[in-house]
Amino acid sequence: MGNRVAVVGIGQTKHKSKHKDVSIAGLVRQAAERALEDAGCTWKDIDALILGKAPDMFEGVVMPELYLTDALGGNGKPVLRVHTAGSVGGSTAVVAANYVQSGAFRRVLTVSFEKQSESNATWALSPRMPFVPHVNAGAGGFFAPYMRLYMERYGVPAHIGCMVAVKDRLNALKNPYAHLQIPDISLEMVQQSPMLWEPIRFLESCPSSDGACALVLADEQHAARSPNPPAWILGTSTRADGSMYAGKDNIHPASLIACAKDVYSKAGITDPRRQIDVAELYVPFSWYEPMYLETLGLCGEGEGWKLVESGVTALDGDVPINASGGVLSSNPIGASGMLRFGEAALQVRGMAGAHQVEGARLAIGHAFGGAHSYYAMWAVSADKP
Amino acid sequence: MREAAIIGYTQSAQRRYAGAANESELIMPVVREVMQSVGVSQKDIDFTCSGSCDYFQGAAFAFVEGLNAVATAPPIRESHVEMDAAWALYECLLKIWSGEADLCLVYGFSKSSPGELRSVLTLQLDPYYQVPLWPDAISLAALQARAMLDAGIISERDMAEVVARSRRAALANPKAQLSGESSVEELLAQPGFVSPLRRHDCAPITDGASALLVASAETARRLCARPAWIRGIDHRMETGMLGARDLTRSPSARYAGARAGVSAGAVDVAELHAPFSHQEIILRRELGLADGVSINPSGGALAGNVMMAAGLDRFGHVATRIMQGEAGRGVAHATSGACLQQNLVAVLEA
Repeated sequence: MGNRVAVVGIGQTKHKSKHKDVSIAGLVRQAAERALEDAGCTWKDIDALILGKAPDMFEGVVMPELYLTDALGGNGKPVLRVHTAGSVGGSTAVVAANYVQSGAFRRVLTVSFEKQSESNATWALSPRMPFVPHVNAGAGGFFAPYMRLYMERYGVPAHIGCMVAVKDRLNALKNPYAHLQIPDISLEMVQQSPMLWEPIRFLESCPSSDGACALVLADEQHAARSPNPPAWILGTSTRADGSMYAGKDNIHPASLIACAKDVYSKAGITDPRRQIDVAELYVPFSWYEPMYLETLGLCGEGEGWKLVESGVTALDGDVPINASGGVLSSNPIGASGMLRFGEAALQVRGMAGAHQVEGARLAIGHAFGGAHSYYAMWAVSADKP
Repeated sequence: MREAAIIGYTQSAQRRYAGAANESELIMPVVREVMQSVGVSQKDIDFTCSGSCDYFQGAAFAFVEGLNAVATAPPIRESHVEMDAAWALYECLLKIWSGEADLCLVYGFSKSSPGELRSVLTLQLDPYYQVPLWPDAISLAALQARAMLDAGIISERDMAEVVARSRRAALANPKAQLSGESSVEELLAQPGFVSPLRRHDCAPITDGASALLVASAETARRLCARPAWIRGIDHRMETGMLGARDLTRSPSARYAGARAGVSAGAVDVAELHAPFSHQEIILRRELGLADGVSINPSGGALAGNVMMAAGLDRFGHVATRIMQGEAGRGVAHATSGACLQQNLVAVLEA
């Protein structure tokens, strides 16, 4: 898979509903400067800039790399803009890794963001298209039927989704960057929150956030010189398939199965449950956690909800999921995938602070987009491959 | 770094209005044709990457619909750039260089006809300081042309000569939207549009799609008798603040051209992505192309300009000439943003 590459710098903004203190350029620069500081380098050390974000309609800026180049030190450099639906933060990090793996670049900066307060995501996600019935359901309305199907197929009790919501919000209390901070979060509070799209309650849903994430990736030589421990990238992968086709399994999507298989094989992961110390999974609605546990091979089919129920995925469980609080606690859409990738790297660098998983050596980051049709993953390790 | 070559290219007919055909319908035929041209199918493709822009379709995640044109069951390795597909080609090269892929499919597409393109492109500017003034894309290009005229770098006759040559060359390109024989005098007699630009100085609005195959060395030699080898490629960005740039120059094109190695040998053919006539002159100067170089024998963007594919088309046309034995060494160029803000340059060789 080409030259070795490591994450040597991670930066993110505080995620919140409305970042009125900064422009879009100010938001991305904040994250980028923090990543550079972590990496111990300056703008001139960066060979290329790779920008990712979800639809331009979320801010109303077309191809924003053209405007943001000044804020991100892109002038005079190669700049690329990736857009792969909700998985974009992850797939942008994958492209950035390819820059260094290719041998043509030594250190690259990759940045992703969303400033959702500039627009209305549910509006932008529900366009009126010619010849297509207008649904106007937003993402939750689109995904809810598959969660009902999951519950029905495996006889899953309704409190499982609520448990995921509580667990992620408890984790968020340990992450100063997390958007939602609900100190008195409890199962009762989630269960009493309004039903939005059966079975998804208000507190089982992700927020709309303004936020950005940035990573500095470096080759072996520069990783050795970086001031903080590197997170070595063992393998990356992306997969896509059609939004809708006969026989598509929306509970265990073929595209995610293929993506996980690819990244596991590159990373030498043969027993995911035993080998993976911590995972950051893109869970925008609580029910995705048990479904992903199954699809990612952390347990058998129909068993994911039992792991949730028994506390295996809690911060002190044997496979902590979303120690950062996850997408359920912060959702700057375009950056949400990169945050998963970055948080996985933070864990194996031992730099996650209060939400650090003790002794984490191997972690996976995962991102999801489209109608269960776009996936990106990477595996990172404290140990050089 | 591993070697890579272009081994196939197909472009749809360049049309002002594709009617009810949606983007998938535009993409599907070119993808099928380019795969047939080298005898492969989607299962042989290691990586697929597309270039498109949501705003032209007026829908978020428009490329997700575009993907319906490709066989995706079983799932494929895929990515997308919200840029001209020439940068999708670049992403494919990263995959080939890092050993992650041997055969890649690139496609670019758009339907610019339903919207008001020149105003949509205004939204590429700084949203706080520039967009509220609504400078449209043609007016910005006109400012650039005016700066060149005022500096005495070009004359309106030079611009008309670019147009006359492009339209004449396009007579030999059956896919071209605009072609014909016009004298410089006839063109100069046309009325002004956005001064100093006349309508013919501006690329037309075009619907369409293009597809291209790029492969690592061994795969390229296996599938293609005469691959178009990518010997050098580089792309560079400039500031988005137009007032901070000398619009008569393109340092990013010059630097990318130098890094790609344009001057390392004689150039037979160059396809330059210049949506406005005066921009071709800037690019020719910055890339140091000699007078004898055949520029835009396809007719260039002035003869047909599918947004998000027109840059890839420049690669496709140069590669096609090399694959067909009509050229030995060529330069392909793509641009993005207002007034040539971002430029990608490559050298292709037989």
